[in-house]
Amino acid sequence: MGAPLRGRPLSAPRAQAARLGWRPRPPRLLPWAPALTLGVLIGPVLAGLAGAAAPAFGWFPPLGGDTVTLAPFRALLAWPGFAASLRATLVSAALSTALSLALALLIVAAWGGTRGFRLIERALSPLLSTPHAAAAFGLAFLIAPSGWAARALSPWATGWTTAPDVLLIGDPWALSLAAGLVTKEVPFLLLMILAALPQADAARGALLARALGYGRVWGWLKVVLPRVYPQIRLPVYAVLAYSASTVDMAVILGPTAPPPLAVQITLWTRDPDLSMRFVAAAGAMLLLAVTLGLLGAWRLGELAAARLGRAWVEGGGRGRRADGALRAAAGAAAALTSGAVFAGLAGLAVWSVAGLWTFPDFWPRSFRLDAWARAAPGLGAAAGETALIGVVAVLVALALTLGCLEAEHRHQLGRPRRSLWLLYLPLVVPNVAFLTGLQTLALAAGLDGGRWAVAAAHVVFVTPYVFLSLADPWRAWDARAGLAAAALGAGPDRVLWAVRLPMLLRPVLTAAAVGFAVSVGQYLPTLLIGAGRVATLTTEAVTLASGGDRRLIGVYALTQAAAACVGFALALAIPAVAFRDRRGLRG
Amino acid sequence: MTAGLRLEGLRIREGARGRTLVALDLTVPPGVAVSVMGPSGVGKSTLLAAIVGAAPPAFAVSGRVLLDGRDVGALPTEARRIGLLFQDDVLFPHLSVGGNLAFALPAALRGRAARRERVAAALAEAGLEGFAERDPATLSGGQRARVAVMRALLAEPRALLLDEPFSRLDAALRASFRRFVFETLAARGLPALLVTHDAEDAAAACGPVVTLGPA
Amino acid sequence: MRLAVLAAAATLAAPAFASPDPADWPAVLAEARGQTVYWHAWGGSPEVNDYIAWVGREMAARHGVRVEHVKVADISETVSRVLAEKGAGRETGGAVDLMWINGENFAAMKRNDLLFGPWAEATPNWALVDVEGVPGVRFDFTVPTEGLESPWGKAQIVFFHDAARMPEPPRSMIALLATAEANPGRFAYPAPPDFTGTTFLKQALLELVEDAAPLFGPAEEADFAGTTAPLWAFLDALHPHLWRRGAAWPASGPQLRSMMADGEIDLAFSFNPNEAALAIATGLLPDTVRAYVFDGGSIGNVHFVAIPFNASAKAGAMATADFLLSPEAQARKADPAVWGDGPVIAVDALPPEDRALFDAIDFGVGALGPADLGPALPEPHPSWVRLLEAEWARRYGAGR
Repeated sequence: MGAPLRGRPLSAPRAQAARLGWRPRPPRLLPWAPALTLGVLIGPVLAGLAGAAAPAFGWFPPLGGDTVTLAPFRALLAWPGFAASLRATLVSAALSTALSLALALLIVAAWGGTRGFRLIERALSPLLSTPHAAAAFGLAFLIAPSGWAARALSPWATGWTTAPDVLLIGDPWALSLAAGLVTKEVPFLLLMILAALPQADAARGALLARALGYGRVWGWLKVVLPRVYPQIRLPVYAVLAYSASTVDMAVILGPTAPPPLAVQITLWTRDPDLSMRFVAAAGAMLLLAVTLGLLGAWRLGELAAARLGRAWVEGGGRGRRADGALRAAAGAAAALTSGAVFAGLAGLAVWSVAGLWTFPDFWPRSFRLDAWARAAPGLGAAAGETALIGVVAVLVALALTLGCLEAEHRHQLGRPRRSLWLLYLPLVVPNVAFLTGLQTLALAAGLDGGRWAVAAAHVVFVTPYVFLSLADPWRAWDARAGLAAAALGAGPDRVLWAVRLPMLLRPVLTAAAVGFAVSVGQYLPTLLIGAGRVATLTTEAVTLASGGDRRLIGVYALTQAAAACVGFALALAIPAVAFRDRRGLRG
Repeated sequence: MTAGLRLEGLRIREGARGRTLVALDLTVPPGVAVSVMGPSGVGKSTLLAAIVGAAPPAFAVSGRVLLDGRDVGALPTEARRIGLLFQDDVLFPHLSVGGNLAFALPAALRGRAARRERVAAALAEAGLEGFAERDPATLSGGQRARVAVMRALLAEPRALLLDEPFSRLDAALRASFRRFVFETLAARGLPALLVTHDAEDAAAACGPVVTLGPA
Repeated sequence: MRLAVLAAAATLAAPAFASPDPADWPAVLAEARGQTVYWHAWGGSPEVNDYIAWVGREMAARHGVRVEHVKVADISETVSRVLAEKGAGRETGGAVDLMWINGENFAAMKRNDLLFGPWAEATPNWALVDVEGVPGVRFDFTVPTEGLESPWGKAQIVFFHDAARMPEPPRSMIALLATAEANPGRFAYPAPPDFTGTTFLKQALLELVEDAAPLFGPAEEADFAGTTAPLWAFLDALHPHLWRRGAAWPASGPQLRSMMADGEIDLAFSFNPNEAALAIATGLLPDTVRAYVFDGGSIGNVHFVAIPFNASAKAGAMATADFLLSPEAQARKADPAVWGDGPVIAVDALPPEDRALFDAIDFGVGALGPADLGPALPEPHPSWVRLLEAEWARRYGAGR
């Protein structure tokens, strides 16, 4: 210590009183934001789970279930398709998640920061906007033995005038389902990795590794990945849980006899024999256990990979020779996964205006607009309803998310609170496991049948994605700007509204767009909470798809994708216009 | 009542029972710039953060901060009226140069025209006439630094803390900017605390020098 | 306090049909005026949707009733909804006023007291219903309707084939097996418990059993294994020659039509006799596709509308159901250009001006008119369905 600087001990209470620290005026509502958000998200899930758990153990008085019994689980295990169904669920979920993660990492490692990568980034919005069902339908039309790829080669190259009898879609191991999931999950994980990169100091890390003689891919994997992975862990878990419980992709691409567990549960809930509702509830509980088991296994895999990876990182292998092949593979993966979705969308677009279109014609024999003409009046109303519900749900989700993040910031919580992990509960618990119970709850409370009730239900699903998209950029914000503003006399509210939100406008709008796309895609919550009366683009698409008319499927799938895409387009356009003269905020 | 900035038994520790990082008794009279020197990692920046009430929660701060005789320790940063200049200019990228300055102007100054005039006058004082509509990202390093100073002063602080504000500037620019800063501070009679590891900076400040060192 | 509880209990216990009472029809219409009827009906067919929209316009003009078509992908979603409402204790003010239903769904709702009524046989247009000619109007899959649902239309299984690729289609199940053996991979049926797939099993069963009588009683009282043995022998023989050799299955009936257009299969079937004609007209199938029925007849059934126990607009729902039985509504529905669904009223007994509505229908070349459909085989008792589906799952649905 320097000469004149001798600390004088202070009495404890005085020290307490004089203790400094940035303590703004205690706000009235903000400290409650995390608790409120957790309540809004977890309450419905837990209540819904309870509603499903009771019938799983035989308790559902309206159907005469008034004793607690394990009979539903015995019936579930006695179902002949049980083993094959479980296998399809496990294989498709684990395989698609592992493959999606590997491809997304490889693409960023091999191409991050290059001009080609800008192209990939631009493709993300439309890829994310495409509803799962539309992507699945498009992919099925692409790769089926009678699909577009086969038609391109038939009959001139293959000699086929009728489709060959080859099992590609709906294979018993659910590989085609896994492939379909990969096309949708790679863009999602890419988005999450891109959001995490700035905080991992990725650019400098990668550069440093290359300066030390490492190949581009090897260097990224050894230096950046260990820092990025903890940040994308939750999105990866969300992908794993989603893949295990997806219904809309599985009914199109998955095996049929037996189908994956989630689909079979849906079939049971639709069984005219109402006693099958008990088995469905038991199945939902099992699916929850399966999902948790998969997550646990994945966590163990992470630990093992970390241990093996450390030795690999420290081994000094530069991997320069692997670069060429890996970059080519990553490029091919990016092209294939995005190309499959885009070609599928193109197929849907052609279908929506197709006249007679039979195998092996590459183009329809005639074109007609009657599918659009017939859908037009209903489309307008459904699009309006979709937009209204989506905007309301996103605004609420943003308010909750910003409330949580701002409370965390103002109260200097430092590390994100552990309890906030619970925000992701709605992403981890399979929909089929809690939605029926949630419906009963909403009914008992008299909160159903209207668009506001539906919007409230959407909040449960939208908020985790908004939080997921916004938390990293929000926390990575340069807090000195806030300190500078405070030193200039701006209170915390002014810092939030006049400095932080404008500076973070782009990530806020991106998160809103992700949330809007999630809202657009909701089927079961809209149906169950809206009593079927709230007709959105997605509910219309699903009901019309049950008639199997591909032209109408095309019309509605395109409109759904377009609605979600408008959100992403606005998220790009608004900051570009608002900050057209602000070079410091250009992305 | 003592005019100026006074630190009374200010003590910063790593946690409630941790190692003492800084312990300081110090008075900075109006118009005087005290330099705080010391190697990196010694806690200079944390000291400034503690004075404005923004020390990271990992640190325990005790003692009093008095400004013109008033204990401001219980006040939030925005109410302390202690200005802050960083190593980087930290101009808000979403606002124009004029917008950055207007952000700092007290709300009590009413009227668009009056506020605009005040901003224009500040720009003129910094030799940046007509820069109000410019995007801060298009300014040179020296110009940005001067905008940052004017922004800090427009908020009418009663003391100013400077966190190595000259270290990012090249040698030629540095001398003239340093002169600009200290002349402006002296003219306004502001107490200032300058954190630096450069003896030239401390000399230019023409005030007492306090050296922090490993305990 | 206790008295109030007793009074409430008494209200709940009162017979459901007391209010509104279809015997006093003017009162029903008066109550219906201004009501909104939420009609849950399968929304997968644009033609049916358009027809329901027409019904809505007519109901608004004639009786001041607003009909809202709640489109569902599967009516069982609505059954679940009503069940959930019962579970949540919502005894009145339910979300569903009218639902398009038949078969097992009706049997389940009836068994679990989820339906309002009896009311259906007291509406004015019940007198027009062809009770003699179409026994199914009072026995839905052999289950007595007991006035809990009102008939709307009738459907029958028809097959269709692409004459360009399969000129001589099979006209019986035995012939179907031979066709499949000669043309492997060119026929498919949806995996039960899909409705269309299960119907295929029942059609085969009805054709293959020596004595069909036990099929019309509860399956529990019959020798299930013995009765169904010929069906399993048939399927064992058929499956190796199915599309994808039975390793993958179409998910639904409508998918069969797309598969035919894609050249994946040459022979398919549908519950709508008019489906192939409509698909040709709208360019979904080539004009080489022909519809026909098996020589021994095919399963036919009647579809109905029912009112849930807690419906909010029971009067409006009854008025709508009654309108559906009017000669005008039945004739419009029978027109292949509109929908092509068979009438459930006795057309021959109608006064001449109403009968003229039916005589004016142009059945064209592709559609099957009433004369082409042949005998309609009655549906087996619904209890067979569950056992058939369970046995099918055990034999073929366990995966490979």
